[in-house]
Amino acid sequence: MAEEEEKNKYSIIVPTYNERLNIALIVFLVFKHIPDVDFEIIIVDDGSPDGTQDIVKQLQQVYGDDRILLRARPKKLGLGTAYIHGLKHASGNFVVIMDADLSHHPKYLPHFIKKQIETRADIVTGTRYVKGGGVHGWTLMRKLTSRGANVLAHTLLWPGVSDLTGSFRLYKKSVLEDIISSCVSKGYVFQMEMIVRASRKGYHIEEVPITFVDRVYGSSKLGGSEIVEYLKGLVYLLVTT
Amino acid sequence: MKHIAKIMTFLVAITAVWISLLQTAMIPQSHTWLLPLYLIVSLGCYGLLMVGVGLMQFPTCPQEAVLLQQDVIEAKQFLKHNGVDVGSD
Repeated sequence: MAEEEEKNKYSIIVPTYNERLNIALIVFLVFKHIPDVDFEIIIVDDGSPDGTQDIVKQLQQVYGDDRILLRARPKKLGLGTAYIHGLKHASGNFVVIMDADLSHHPKYLPHFIKKQIETRADIVTGTRYVKGGGVHGWTLMRKLTSRGANVLAHTLLWPGVSDLTGSFRLYKKSVLEDIISSCVSKGYVFQMEMIVRASRKGYHIEEVPITFVDRVYGSSKLGGSEIVEYLKGLVYLLVTT
Repeated sequence: MKHIAKIMTFLVAITAVWISLLQTAMIPQSHTWLLPLYLIVSLGCYGLLMVGVGLMQFPTCPQEAVLLQQDVIEAKQFLKHNGVDVGSD
């Protein structure tokens, strides 16, 4: 088992936009929690006006530019393409995707890695909705819509995972490359599409509980148009997967 | 096969069962006509139940916010010491 661990390299892809403080915090926490793992952090910054890239360069001075890769893009070009861009520069055999706003805590990285080694899974996805996981910072309304959306998606799609819209995941690199090429959705429907397609293709998917501290205070992510987009996404997935 | 095909097959199958029940009249016809309605209502109730139960059991983690704040303080200290600019954004 130890021999397998030594041969694995993990490429952590973090798309950023205006995260000059959070990216530094994330990098510190990643190094704190997986010090003995062979990894690299690939930061795909979409031309942040707040100087995120300057901070990344400072981090490279501290941690080395072989461990921290800055692969920037000129402007906001979307999450899916950010992953694809990051993948091109990934030298690991595993890829982790996570959000840059610190709602995904790097302390779960050892859990993902351990789960994958134990089960030989193709994908390990973080779930907020099981015991041991959880959410902080959501209003009752937000929880209700989340739960309602989840029940609907499960009834229609039978996805095989408990958290469809989560974006804290560990993939075998070859698996991610395979799925991402067939996904066309945007936003969180994109995350749903990835995991549903993976499930349909028969990939072995495992889950680990994660806690999610919502850092986006006050911004209502669930207006009427969001709900319509979600329903459209569900129908699209229903018909095409 | 595509997921929608599985669902269609399932719907066709239970429709066939329903029609055969109408034909053979093992159950009184008046009841049989209402079966699809019963099914839909039951499905709706089940869905609402799942939403309600899920909402009651929704896992929360208030302690994580506290832990996160501690992590942020620790991180800022280290980074400042090593020349990374962690002024507020």
